[in-house]
Amino acid sequence: MPETCIIETNGLKKTYSTKSKGRKKLVEAVKGVDLSVKKGEIYGFLGPNGAGKSTTQKMLSTLIPPTGGAATVNGFDLLREQKKIRMCIGFVSQAGGTDPLSTGFENLIMQARLYGADKDTAKKRAEDFIRRFQMESFADRRASSYSGGQRRRCDIALGMIHHPAILLLDEPTTGLDPQSRAYLWEEIRNLQKDGVSVFLSTHYLDEADKLCDTVAIIDNGEIVAQGAPADLKAGIGADTISLDFATADIAVKSMELLQNAEEVENANAKGNTVHLHVKNMEQVLPSLLRLLDTNRFEAQSIALMKPSLDDVFLKHTGRSLREDNYNENDQ
Amino acid sequence: MKMISDTRLMFKRSIKHALRDPIWVFLNLFQPILYLLLFMPLLEGLGGVPGLPEGKTVQVFIPGLLVMLAMFGSAFVGFGLVDEIRTGVIDRFLVTPVHRTAILLGRVLKDVVILLCQCVIVTLIAVPFGLVLDIGGFAVSLLLYAFIAVSMSSMSYGFALIYKSEDTLSSTLNTIALPVSLLSGIMLPLVLAPLWLQTLAGINPFSYAVNASRALFAGNIASPDVLTGFIVIILLAALLFWWAVRSLKKMAA
Repeated sequence: MPETCIIETNGLKKTYSTKSKGRKKLVEAVKGVDLSVKKGEIYGFLGPNGAGKSTTQKMLSTLIPPTGGAATVNGFDLLREQKKIRMCIGFVSQAGGTDPLSTGFENLIMQARLYGADKDTAKKRAEDFIRRFQMESFADRRASSYSGGQRRRCDIALGMIHHPAILLLDEPTTGLDPQSRAYLWEEIRNLQKDGVSVFLSTHYLDEADKLCDTVAIIDNGEIVAQGAPADLKAGIGADTISLDFATADIAVKSMELLQNAEEVENANAKGNTVHLHVKNMEQVLPSLLRLLDTNRFEAQSIALMKPSLDDVFLKHTGRSLREDNYNENDQ
Repeated sequence: MKMISDTRLMFKRSIKHALRDPIWVFLNLFQPILYLLLFMPLLEGLGGVPGLPEGKTVQVFIPGLLVMLAMFGSAFVGFGLVDEIRTGVIDRFLVTPVHRTAILLGRVLKDVVILLCQCVIVTLIAVPFGLVLDIGGFAVSLLLYAFIAVSMSSMSYGFALIYKSEDTLSSTLNTIALPVSLLSGIMLPLVLAPLWLQTLAGINPFSYAVNASRALFAGNIASPDVLTGFIVIILLAALLFWWAVRSLKKMAA
Protein backbone atom coordinates (compact mmCIF):
# COMPACT_ATOMS: atom_id res chain seq x y z
CA MET A 1 0.00 0.00 0.00
CA PRO A 2 1.43 3.40 -0.87
CA GLU A 3 2.07 5.75 2.01
CA THR A 4 -0.55 8.47 2.20
CA CYS A 5 0.50 12.05 1.68
CA ILE A 6 -0.90 14.75 3.92
CA ILE A 7 0.48 17.65 1.90
CA GLU A 8 1.02 17.43 -1.81
CA THR A 9 1.89 20.32 -4.10
CA ASN A 10 2.09 20.45 -7.84
CA GLY A 11 4.01 23.31 -9.41
CA LEU A 12 3.11 25.64 -6.55
CA LYS A 13 4.20 29.13 -7.50
CA LYS A 14 4.33 32.60 -6.01
CA THR A 15 5.32 35.66 -7.98
CA TYR A 16 5.41 39.10 -6.44
CA SER A 17 5.52 42.28 -8.40
CA THR A 18 7.72 44.93 -6.85
CA LYS A 19 8.68 48.33 -8.03
CA SER A 20 12.35 49.16 -8.20
CA LYS A 21 13.62 52.39 -9.74
CA GLY A 22 10.16 53.13 -11.02
CA ARG A 23 10.07 49.98 -13.10
CA LYS A 24 7.82 47.08 -12.31
CA LYS A 25 9.75 43.92 -11.60
CA LEU A 26 8.44 40.41 -11.13
CA VAL A 27 10.08 38.44 -8.36
CA GLU A 28 9.62 34.69 -8.43
CA ALA A 29 9.74 33.82 -4.74
CA VAL A 30 8.62 30.24 -5.34
CA LYS A 31 9.12 28.80 -8.81
CA GLY A 32 6.91 25.77 -9.07
CA VAL A 33 7.46 23.56 -6.05
CA ASP A 34 6.52 19.86 -6.06
CA LEU A 35 6.65 18.35 -2.62
CA SER A 36 4.89 15.63 -0.74
CA VAL A 37 4.74 15.32 3.02
CA LYS A 38 3.83 11.84 4.22
CA LYS A 39 1.35 11.35 6.98
CA GLY A 40 3.03 11.21 10.37
CA GLU A 41 6.51 12.24 9.33
CA ILE A 42 8.71 15.19 10.24
CA TYR A 43 9.40 16.92 6.96
CA GLY A 44 12.13 19.51 6.80
CA PHE A 45 12.58 22.37 4.42
CA LEU A 46 16.28 23.23 4.35
CA GLY A 47 17.57 26.33 2.63
CA PRO A 48 19.13 29.73 3.12
CA ASN A 49 17.11 32.84 3.94
CA GLY A 50 15.12 34.06 0.97
CA ALA A 51 14.98 30.61 -0.62
CA GLY A 52 11.19 30.59 -0.55
CA LYS A 53 10.64 28.51 2.59
CA SER A 54 8.40 30.99 4.37
CA THR A 55 6.48 31.87 1.24
CA THR A 56 5.69 28.20 0.56
CA GLN A 57 4.59 27.66 4.15
CA LYS A 58 2.45 30.78 4.09
CA MET A 59 0.73 29.55 0.93
CA LEU A 60 0.09 26.14 2.47
CA SER A 61 -1.38 27.73 5.59
CA THR A 62 -3.79 29.87 3.49
CA LEU A 63 -2.14 33.15 4.49
CA ILE A 64 -1.26 34.10 0.92
CA PRO A 65 -2.78 32.82 -2.30
CA PRO A 66 -0.46 31.06 -4.77
CA THR A 67 -0.07 32.61 -8.21
CA GLY A 68 0.13 29.21 -9.87
CA GLY A 69 0.04 25.48 -9.35
CA ALA A 70 -2.10 23.37 -7.07
CA ALA A 71 -1.89 21.74 -3.68
CA THR A 72 -3.89 19.58 -1.35
CA VAL A 73 -3.58 19.77 2.41
CA ASN A 74 -5.09 16.89 4.38
CA GLY A 75 -7.06 16.05 1.25
CA PHE A 76 -8.51 19.55 0.85
CA ASP A 77 -7.89 21.74 -2.15
CA LEU A 78 -5.75 24.75 -1.28
CA LEU A 79 -7.54 27.06 -3.66
CA ARG A 80 -11.13 26.08 -2.91
CA GLU A 81 -11.30 24.67 0.61
CA GLN A 82 -9.33 27.14 2.70
CA LYS A 83 -11.76 27.10 5.60
CA LYS A 84 -11.47 23.33 5.95
CA ILE A 85 -7.69 23.55 5.73
CA ARG A 86 -7.58 26.16 8.50
CA MET A 87 -9.34 23.75 10.86
CA CYS A 88 -6.80 20.97 10.36
CA ILE A 89 -3.50 22.82 10.29
CA GLY A 90 -1.51 24.70 12.88
CA PHE A 91 0.98 27.31 11.70
CA VAL A 92 3.70 28.91 13.77
CA SER A 93 5.36 31.75 11.88
CA GLN A 94 8.92 32.89 12.39
CA ALA A 95 7.68 35.82 14.45
CA GLY A 96 5.79 33.38 16.67
CA GLY A 97 2.41 34.89 17.25
CA THR A 98 2.21 34.95 21.03
CA ASP A 99 0.56 38.19 22.07
CA PRO A 100 3.12 39.84 24.39
CA LEU A 101 0.52 41.92 26.23
CA SER A 102 -1.47 38.88 27.36
CA THR A 103 -0.45 36.01 29.59
CA GLY A 104 0.27 32.60 28.08
CA PHE A 105 -2.95 31.31 29.58
CA GLU A 106 -5.01 34.13 28.05
CA ASN A 107 -3.31 33.60 24.71
CA LEU A 108 -4.24 29.93 24.73
CA ILE A 109 -7.85 30.52 25.76
CA MET A 110 -8.32 33.16 23.05
CA GLN A 111 -6.83 30.87 20.43
CA ALA A 112 -9.08 27.96 21.40
CA ARG A 113 -12.12 30.22 21.26
CA LEU A 114 -11.20 31.46 17.80
CA TYR A 115 -11.42 27.82 16.72
CA GLY A 116 -14.94 27.73 18.09
CA ALA A 117 -14.42 26.18 21.52
CA ASP A 118 -16.80 27.40 24.23
CA LYS A 119 -15.47 29.01 27.42
CA ASP A 120 -15.16 25.85 29.50
CA THR A 121 -13.62 23.77 26.73
CA ALA A 122 -11.17 26.56 25.92
CA LYS A 123 -10.11 26.79 29.56
CA LYS A 124 -9.66 23.05 29.83
CA ARG A 125 -7.63 22.88 26.65
CA ALA A 126 -5.43 25.78 27.73
CA GLU A 127 -4.74 24.01 31.02
CA ASP A 128 -3.93 20.78 29.17
CA PHE A 129 -1.40 22.48 26.97
CA ILE A 130 0.19 24.39 29.83
CA ARG A 131 0.82 21.04 31.53
CA ARG A 132 1.95 19.35 28.35
CA PHE A 133 4.42 22.05 27.33
CA GLN A 134 5.57 22.55 30.94
CA MET A 135 4.44 26.15 31.02
CA GLU A 136 3.11 26.07 34.60
CA SER A 137 5.82 28.33 35.99
CA PHE A 138 5.18 31.19 33.58
CA ALA A 139 1.70 30.77 32.07
CA ASP A 140 0.22 33.43 34.35
CA ARG A 141 2.82 36.03 33.49
CA ARG A 142 2.53 38.40 30.54
CA ALA A 143 4.28 36.95 27.52
CA SER A 144 6.42 40.09 27.12
CA SER A 145 8.47 38.78 30.07
CA TYR A 146 9.14 35.36 28.52
CA SER A 147 12.55 34.09 27.49
CA GLY A 148 13.03 33.05 23.86
CA GLY A 149 12.50 29.40 24.73
CA GLN A 150 9.39 30.04 26.83
CA ARG A 151 7.85 32.15 24.11
CA ARG A 152 8.55 29.47 21.50
CA ARG A 153 6.82 26.89 23.66
CA CYS A 154 3.82 29.16 23.92
CA ASP A 155 3.88 29.80 20.13
CA ILE A 156 3.77 26.09 19.43
CA ALA A 157 1.12 25.41 22.05
CA LEU A 158 -1.00 28.07 20.30
CA GLY A 159 -0.49 26.31 16.98
CA MET A 160 -1.57 22.98 18.51
CA ILE A 161 -4.56 24.10 20.59
CA HIS A 162 -7.16 22.75 18.13
CA HIS A 163 -5.35 19.41 17.71
CA PRO A 164 -4.45 19.86 14.04
CA ALA A 165 -3.34 16.94 11.90
CA ILE A 166 -0.47 18.99 10.49
CA LEU A 167 1.78 21.50 12.19
CA LEU A 168 3.75 23.94 10.04
CA LEU A 169 6.72 25.51 11.82
CA ASP A 170 8.69 28.31 10.20
CA GLU A 171 12.25 28.20 11.58
CA PRO A 172 11.14 27.12 15.02
CA THR A 173 14.56 27.08 16.68
CA THR A 174 16.19 30.14 15.10
CA GLY A 175 17.77 32.25 17.81
CA LEU A 176 17.17 29.76 20.61
CA ASP A 177 19.85 28.68 23.07
CA PRO A 178 21.03 25.04 22.76
CA GLN A 179 18.98 23.88 25.74
CA SER A 180 15.72 25.31 24.44
CA ARG A 181 16.52 23.84 21.05
CA ALA A 182 17.01 20.38 22.48
CA TYR A 183 13.77 20.72 24.42
CA LEU A 184 11.91 21.80 21.30
CA TRP A 185 13.27 18.93 19.22
CA GLU A 186 12.04 16.55 21.90
CA GLU A 187 8.63 18.21 21.87
CA ILE A 188 8.42 17.97 18.09
CA ARG A 189 9.27 14.27 18.26
CA ASN A 190 6.53 13.84 20.87
CA LEU A 191 4.04 15.49 18.53
CA GLN A 192 5.06 12.99 15.88
CA LYS A 193 4.44 10.13 18.32
CA ASP A 194 0.93 11.48 18.79
CA GLY A 195 0.39 11.15 15.05
CA VAL A 196 0.87 14.78 14.07
CA SER A 197 2.64 15.42 10.76
CA VAL A 198 5.21 18.18 11.13
CA PHE A 199 6.44 20.38 8.28
CA LEU A 200 9.25 22.60 9.50
CA SER A 201 11.66 24.92 7.77
CA THR A 202 15.19 25.51 8.96
CA HIS A 203 18.54 26.76 7.86
CA TYR A 204 20.35 24.61 10.41
CA LEU A 205 22.02 21.56 8.87
CA ASP A 206 21.98 19.53 12.07
CA GLU A 207 18.32 20.23 12.62
CA ALA A 208 17.38 18.93 9.18
CA ASP A 209 19.71 15.98 9.61
CA LYS A 210 18.81 14.80 13.10
CA LEU A 211 15.18 15.79 13.44
CA CYS A 212 13.64 15.22 10.02
CA ASP A 213 12.54 12.00 8.35
CA THR A 214 12.51 13.65 4.95
CA VAL A 215 14.38 16.76 3.87
CA ALA A 216 13.73 18.95 0.88
CA ILE A 217 16.56 21.27 -0.04
CA ILE A 218 15.27 24.52 -1.45
CA ASP A 219 17.25 27.28 -3.10
CA ASN A 220 16.09 30.25 -5.14
CA GLY A 221 12.48 29.15 -4.99
CA GLU A 222 13.13 25.65 -6.27
CA ILE A 223 13.50 22.27 -4.60
CA VAL A 224 16.86 20.91 -5.70
CA ALA A 225 16.84 17.63 -3.77
CA GLN A 226 14.38 15.68 -1.66
CA GLY A 227 14.71 12.52 0.40
CA ALA A 228 15.70 10.97 3.71
CA PRO A 229 18.83 12.71 5.08
CA ALA A 230 20.79 9.42 5.00
CA ASP A 231 19.82 8.79 1.36
CA LEU A 232 20.68 12.33 0.34
CA LYS A 233 24.09 12.03 1.94
CA ALA A 234 24.63 8.56 0.48
CA GLY A 235 24.01 10.10 -2.92
CA ILE A 236 27.12 12.23 -2.39
CA GLY A 237 29.36 9.15 -2.23
CA ALA A 238 31.75 7.69 0.28
CA ASP A 239 32.86 8.61 3.78
CA THR A 240 36.44 9.74 4.25
CA ILE A 241 38.93 8.40 6.80
CA SER A 242 42.19 10.35 7.18
CA LEU A 243 45.13 8.77 9.00
CA ASP A 244 48.31 10.61 10.01
CA PHE A 245 51.59 8.70 10.29
CA ALA A 246 55.00 9.59 11.68
CA THR A 247 56.73 9.74 8.30
CA ALA A 248 55.75 9.90 4.64
CA ASP A 249 57.41 6.56 4.13
CA ILE A 250 55.17 4.80 6.63
CA ALA A 251 52.20 6.60 5.12
CA VAL A 252 52.91 5.23 1.66
CA LYS A 253 53.44 1.71 2.98
CA SER A 254 50.23 1.88 5.00
CA MET A 255 48.38 3.15 1.99
CA GLU A 256 49.63 0.23 -0.11
CA LEU A 257 48.47 -2.17 2.57
CA LEU A 258 45.09 -0.56 3.07
CA GLN A 259 44.11 -0.14 -0.55
CA ASN A 260 44.04 -3.90 -0.90
CA ALA A 261 41.46 -4.24 1.86
CA GLU A 262 38.10 -5.00 0.29
CA GLU A 263 36.29 -2.31 2.35
CA VAL A 264 38.40 0.47 0.85
CA GLU A 265 37.12 1.99 -2.38
CA ASN A 266 40.22 4.01 -3.00
CA ALA A 267 43.18 5.29 -1.06
CA ASN A 268 45.84 7.91 -1.57
CA ALA A 269 48.73 9.31 0.39
CA LYS A 270 49.75 12.92 0.65
CA GLY A 271 52.75 13.61 2.79
CA ASN A 272 52.26 11.91 6.12
CA THR A 273 48.54 11.51 5.59
CA VAL A 274 46.52 8.72 4.04
CA HIS A 275 42.97 9.39 2.80
CA LEU A 276 40.64 6.43 2.48
CA HIS A 277 37.22 6.50 0.85
CA VAL A 278 34.91 3.88 2.29
CA LYS A 279 31.22 3.08 2.66
CA ASN A 280 29.94 2.94 6.25
CA MET A 281 33.07 4.08 8.00
CA GLU A 282 31.73 3.21 11.47
CA GLN A 283 31.58 -0.44 10.50
CA VAL A 284 34.86 -0.74 8.61
CA LEU A 285 37.10 1.37 10.84
CA PRO A 286 37.85 -1.28 13.51
CA SER A 287 38.94 -3.90 10.98
CA LEU A 288 41.12 -1.38 9.13
CA LEU A 289 42.81 -0.38 12.37
CA ARG A 290 43.33 -4.04 13.24
CA LEU A 291 44.93 -4.56 9.83
CA LEU A 292 47.34 -1.70 10.49
CA ASP A 293 48.07 -3.05 13.95
CA THR A 294 48.96 -6.58 12.85
CA ASN A 295 51.39 -5.07 10.34
CA ARG A 296 52.87 -2.80 13.01
CA PHE A 297 51.94 0.48 11.38
CA GLU A 298 50.97 2.99 13.98
CA ALA A 299 48.57 5.78 13.03
CA GLN A 300 49.18 8.90 15.12
CA SER A 301 45.79 10.46 14.60
CA ILE A 302 42.56 9.69 12.81
CA ALA A 303 39.99 12.04 11.32
CA LEU A 304 36.60 10.87 10.12
CA MET A 305 34.42 12.79 7.71
CA LYS A 306 30.90 11.91 6.65
CA PRO A 307 29.24 13.74 3.83
CA SER A 308 26.91 16.29 5.39
CA LEU A 309 23.72 17.86 4.11
CA ASP A 310 25.95 20.83 3.38
CA ASP A 311 27.79 18.65 0.84
CA VAL A 312 24.40 17.81 -0.63
CA PHE A 313 23.53 21.49 -0.81
CA LEU A 314 26.93 22.25 -2.32
CA LYS A 315 26.52 19.55 -4.94
CA HIS A 316 23.14 20.88 -6.09
CA THR A 317 23.68 24.63 -5.82
CA GLY A 318 27.45 25.10 -6.06
CA ARG A 319 27.36 27.02 -2.79
CA SER A 320 27.76 26.08 0.82
CA LEU A 321 24.84 26.68 3.12
CA ARG A 322 27.28 27.28 5.96
CA GLU A 323 28.96 30.14 4.11
CA ASP A 324 25.56 31.56 3.28
CA ASN A 325 24.63 31.62 6.92
CA TYR A 326 27.89 33.25 7.88
CA ASN A 327 27.47 35.95 5.27
CA GLU A 328 24.00 36.63 6.54
CA ASN A 329 25.32 37.03 10.09
CA ASP A 330 27.97 39.47 8.92
CA GLN A 331 25.48 41.88 7.48
CA MET B 1 -23.17 34.23 14.21
CA LYS B 2 -19.44 33.74 13.97
CA MET B 3 -18.72 37.34 13.10
CA ILE B 4 -20.49 38.65 16.18
CA SER B 5 -18.94 36.17 18.60
CA ASP B 6 -15.48 36.72 17.07
CA THR B 7 -15.92 40.48 17.30
CA ARG B 8 -16.81 40.11 20.96
CA LEU B 9 -13.65 38.08 21.58
CA MET B 10 -11.48 40.61 19.77
CA PHE B 11 -13.17 43.53 21.52
CA LYS B 12 -12.71 42.02 24.97
CA ARG B 13 -9.07 41.32 24.30
CA SER B 14 -8.40 44.88 23.08
CA ILE B 15 -10.22 46.44 26.02
CA LYS B 16 -8.24 44.27 28.42
CA HIS B 17 -5.02 45.49 26.85
CA ALA B 18 -6.14 49.12 27.08
CA LEU B 19 -7.07 48.75 30.74
CA ARG B 20 -3.72 47.15 31.50
CA ASP B 21 -1.99 50.26 30.22
CA PRO B 22 -4.55 52.90 31.20
CA ILE B 23 -1.83 55.51 30.98
CA TRP B 24 -2.60 55.88 27.26
CA VAL B 25 -6.24 56.56 27.89
CA PHE B 26 -5.22 59.47 30.08
CA LEU B 27 -2.37 60.72 27.93
CA ASN B 28 -4.89 61.24 25.15
CA LEU B 29 -6.90 63.42 27.53
CA PHE B 30 -3.95 65.62 28.29
CA GLN B 31 -4.06 67.55 25.03
CA PRO B 32 -7.75 68.53 25.04
CA ILE B 33 -7.53 69.50 28.69
CA LEU B 34 -4.56 71.76 27.92
CA TYR B 35 -6.56 73.38 25.13
CA LEU B 36 -9.41 73.82 27.54
CA LEU B 37 -7.24 75.46 30.19
CA LEU B 38 -4.71 77.37 28.13
CA PHE B 39 -6.42 78.15 24.83
CA MET B 40 -10.07 78.69 25.61
CA PRO B 41 -9.43 81.75 27.81
CA LEU B 42 -7.97 83.44 24.71
CA LEU B 43 -11.27 82.98 22.93
CA GLU B 44 -13.30 84.71 25.59
CA GLY B 45 -11.83 88.02 24.52
CA LEU B 46 -12.99 87.32 20.98
CA GLY B 47 -16.60 86.91 22.03
CA GLY B 48 -18.87 88.90 19.74
CA VAL B 49 -17.16 88.17 16.42
CA PRO B 50 -19.25 86.21 13.89
CA GLY B 51 -19.64 82.59 14.95
CA LEU B 52 -18.53 83.30 18.53
CA PRO B 53 -21.45 84.83 20.43
CA GLU B 54 -20.38 86.91 23.40
CA GLY B 55 -20.20 85.00 26.67
CA LYS B 56 -20.90 81.75 24.87
CA THR B 57 -17.48 81.00 23.41
CA VAL B 58 -17.22 77.83 25.50
CA GLN B 59 -20.44 76.64 23.87
CA VAL B 60 -18.77 76.89 20.45
CA PHE B 61 -15.30 75.75 21.45
CA ILE B 62 -16.11 72.52 23.32
CA PRO B 63 -18.02 70.78 20.50
CA GLY B 64 -15.06 71.51 18.20
CA LEU B 65 -12.60 70.30 20.79
CA LEU B 66 -14.52 67.03 21.14
CA VAL B 67 -14.35 66.46 17.40
CA MET B 68 -10.61 67.06 17.60
CA LEU B 69 -10.34 64.56 20.45
CA ALA B 70 -12.29 62.05 18.39
CA MET B 71 -10.00 62.58 15.41
CA PHE B 72 -6.62 62.65 17.10
CA GLY B 73 -7.44 60.19 19.83
CA SER B 74 -8.17 57.57 17.20
CA ALA B 75 -5.73 58.57 14.48
CA PHE B 76 -2.71 56.84 15.99
CA VAL B 77 -4.22 53.52 17.05
CA GLY B 78 -2.48 51.90 14.07
CA PHE B 79 0.80 51.80 15.99
CA GLY B 80 -0.53 49.01 18.19
CA LEU B 81 -1.51 47.08 15.10
CA VAL B 82 1.96 47.46 13.53
CA ASP B 83 3.32 45.90 16.71
CA GLU B 84 0.94 42.98 16.44
CA ILE B 85 1.84 42.44 12.80
CA ARG B 86 5.49 42.36 13.75
CA THR B 87 5.03 39.89 16.59
CA GLY B 88 3.06 37.60 14.27
CA VAL B 89 -0.18 37.92 16.23
CA ILE B 90 -2.20 39.03 13.20
CA ASP B 91 -0.83 36.21 11.03
CA ARG B 92 -1.73 33.79 13.81
CA PHE B 93 -5.30 35.10 13.84
CA LEU B 94 -5.53 34.89 10.05
CA VAL B 95 -4.60 31.20 10.07
CA THR B 96 -7.53 30.45 12.37
CA PRO B 97 -11.08 30.39 11.01
CA VAL B 98 -11.76 33.75 12.70
CA HIS B 99 -14.01 36.09 10.75
CA ARG B 100 -11.71 38.60 9.02
CA THR B 101 -13.92 41.62 9.68
CA ALA B 102 -14.05 40.77 13.38
CA ILE B 103 -10.29 41.24 13.77
CA LEU B 104 -10.66 44.94 12.93
CA LEU B 105 -14.19 45.54 14.17
CA GLY B 106 -13.28 44.40 17.69
CA ARG B 107 -10.42 46.89 17.79
CA VAL B 108 -12.45 49.73 16.30
CA LEU B 109 -15.18 49.21 18.88
CA LYS B 110 -12.55 49.36 21.62
CA ASP B 111 -11.37 52.71 20.20
CA VAL B 112 -14.96 53.97 20.19
CA VAL B 113 -15.60 52.99 23.81
CA ILE B 114 -12.39 54.61 25.01
CA LEU B 115 -13.11 57.75 23.03
CA LEU B 116 -16.62 58.10 24.44
CA CYS B 117 -15.26 57.88 27.97
CA GLN B 118 -12.76 60.60 27.14
CA CYS B 119 -15.48 62.81 25.62
CA VAL B 120 -17.60 62.52 28.74
CA ILE B 121 -14.64 63.43 30.95
CA VAL B 122 -13.68 66.50 28.88
CA THR B 123 -17.28 67.68 28.74
CA LEU B 124 -17.71 67.35 32.50
CA ILE B 125 -14.50 69.31 33.07
CA ALA B 126 -15.87 72.07 30.81
CA VAL B 127 -19.09 72.50 32.81
CA PRO B 128 -17.45 74.66 35.53
CA PHE B 129 -16.19 76.90 32.69
CA GLY B 130 -19.75 77.79 31.86
CA LEU B 131 -20.71 75.06 29.42
CA VAL B 132 -24.46 74.61 29.29
CA LEU B 133 -25.14 70.97 28.62
CA ASP B 134 -28.16 69.93 26.57
CA ILE B 135 -28.40 66.28 27.59
CA GLY B 136 -30.32 65.15 24.49
CA GLY B 137 -27.98 67.00 22.15
CA PHE B 138 -24.92 65.71 23.98
CA ALA B 139 -26.15 62.10 23.79
CA VAL B 140 -26.65 62.40 20.03
CA SER B 141 -23.29 64.10 19.63
CA LEU B 142 -21.59 61.12 21.30
CA LEU B 143 -22.97 58.99 18.49
CA LEU B 144 -21.41 61.39 16.02
CA TYR B 145 -18.02 61.16 17.76
CA ALA B 146 -18.31 57.39 17.68
CA PHE B 147 -18.53 57.45 13.88
CA ILE B 148 -15.61 59.90 13.68
CA ALA B 149 -13.60 57.45 15.77
CA VAL B 150 -14.60 54.60 13.43
CA SER B 151 -13.40 56.65 10.46
CA MET B 152 -10.09 57.72 11.92
CA SER B 153 -9.15 54.42 13.52
CA SER B 154 -10.08 52.52 10.35
CA MET B 155 -7.85 54.86 8.39
CA SER B 156 -5.05 54.34 10.88
CA TYR B 157 -5.43 50.54 10.77
CA GLY B 158 -5.63 50.58 6.99
CA PHE B 159 -2.31 52.40 6.68
CA ALA B 160 -0.77 50.23 9.40
CA LEU B 161 -1.69 47.12 7.40
CA ILE B 162 -0.22 48.56 4.23
CA TYR B 163 3.00 50.04 5.63
CA LYS B 164 3.65 47.67 8.55
CA SER B 165 6.14 50.22 9.89
CA GLU B 166 5.81 52.91 12.55
CA ASP B 167 7.91 55.51 10.74
CA THR B 168 5.93 55.63 7.51
CA LEU B 169 2.68 55.34 9.42
CA SER B 170 3.48 58.26 11.67
CA SER B 171 4.42 60.66 8.88
CA THR B 172 1.43 59.66 6.76
CA LEU B 173 -1.02 60.13 9.63
CA ASN B 174 0.45 63.49 10.59
CA THR B 175 0.35 64.67 7.00
CA ILE B 176 -3.34 63.83 6.80
CA ALA B 177 -4.53 64.73 10.28
CA LEU B 178 -3.11 68.24 10.51
CA PRO B 179 -4.66 69.83 7.37
CA VAL B 180 -7.87 67.93 7.92
CA SER B 181 -8.22 69.33 11.42
CA LEU B 182 -7.18 72.86 10.43
CA LEU B 183 -9.75 72.79 7.63
CA SER B 184 -12.58 71.69 9.86
CA GLY B 185 -13.06 74.80 11.97
CA ILE B 186 -12.21 72.99 15.17
CA MET B 187 -10.42 75.87 16.86
CA LEU B 188 -12.28 78.79 15.38
CA PRO B 189 -15.53 78.86 13.41
CA LEU B 190 -14.99 78.80 9.66
CA VAL B 191 -17.31 81.78 9.26
CA LEU B 192 -14.22 83.77 10.13
CA ALA B 193 -12.27 82.28 7.25
CA PRO B 194 -11.77 83.89 3.82
CA LEU B 195 -13.86 82.45 1.04
CA TRP B 196 -11.14 80.24 -0.50
CA LEU B 197 -10.53 78.63 2.86
CA GLN B 198 -14.25 78.06 3.33
CA THR B 199 -14.41 76.41 -0.08
CA LEU B 200 -11.52 74.12 0.81
CA ALA B 201 -13.23 73.27 4.09
CA GLY B 202 -16.31 72.36 2.09
CA ILE B 203 -14.59 69.26 0.75
CA ASN B 204 -13.40 68.22 4.20
CA PRO B 205 -15.91 65.76 5.69
CA PHE B 206 -14.89 66.66 9.23
CA SER B 207 -16.00 70.27 8.82
CA TYR B 208 -19.55 68.90 8.53
CA ALA B 209 -18.97 66.92 11.71
CA VAL B 210 -17.87 70.08 13.53
CA ASN B 211 -20.97 71.96 12.33
CA ALA B 212 -23.19 69.12 13.48
CA SER B 213 -21.41 68.96 16.82
CA ARG B 214 -21.91 72.72 17.40
CA ALA B 215 -25.59 72.50 16.44
CA LEU B 216 -26.08 69.64 18.90
CA PHE B 217 -24.39 71.56 21.72
CA ALA B 218 -26.69 74.44 20.95
CA GLY B 219 -29.58 72.04 21.40
CA ASN B 220 -30.69 72.12 17.76
CA ILE B 221 -31.09 68.39 17.24
CA ALA B 222 -33.41 69.01 14.31
CA SER B 223 -30.95 71.31 12.53
CA PRO B 224 -30.13 70.33 8.93
CA ASP B 225 -26.44 70.63 9.92
CA VAL B 226 -26.90 67.61 12.18
CA LEU B 227 -28.41 65.47 9.47
CA THR B 228 -25.74 66.46 6.92
CA GLY B 229 -22.97 65.84 9.47
CA PHE B 230 -24.26 62.37 10.28
CA ILE B 231 -24.70 61.38 6.64
CA VAL B 232 -21.19 62.54 5.70
CA ILE B 233 -19.47 60.93 8.67
CA ILE B 234 -21.38 57.63 8.46
CA LEU B 235 -20.50 57.33 4.77
CA LEU B 236 -16.88 58.14 5.53
CA ALA B 237 -16.76 55.63 8.38
CA ALA B 238 -18.25 52.89 6.20
CA LEU B 239 -15.86 53.61 3.36
CA LEU B 240 -12.74 53.71 5.52
CA PHE B 241 -13.72 50.60 7.48
CA TRP B 242 -14.36 48.69 4.26
CA TRP B 243 -10.96 49.83 2.99
CA ALA B 244 -9.22 48.72 6.21
CA VAL B 245 -10.80 45.26 6.00
CA ARG B 246 -9.72 45.01 2.39
CA SER B 247 -6.16 45.95 3.40
CA LEU B 248 -6.22 43.21 6.02
CA LYS B 249 -7.41 40.62 3.53
CA LYS B 250 -4.68 41.41 1.07
CA MET B 251 -2.00 42.22 3.61
CA ALA B 252 0.30 39.32 2.80
CA ALA B 253 -0.68 38.78 -0.80
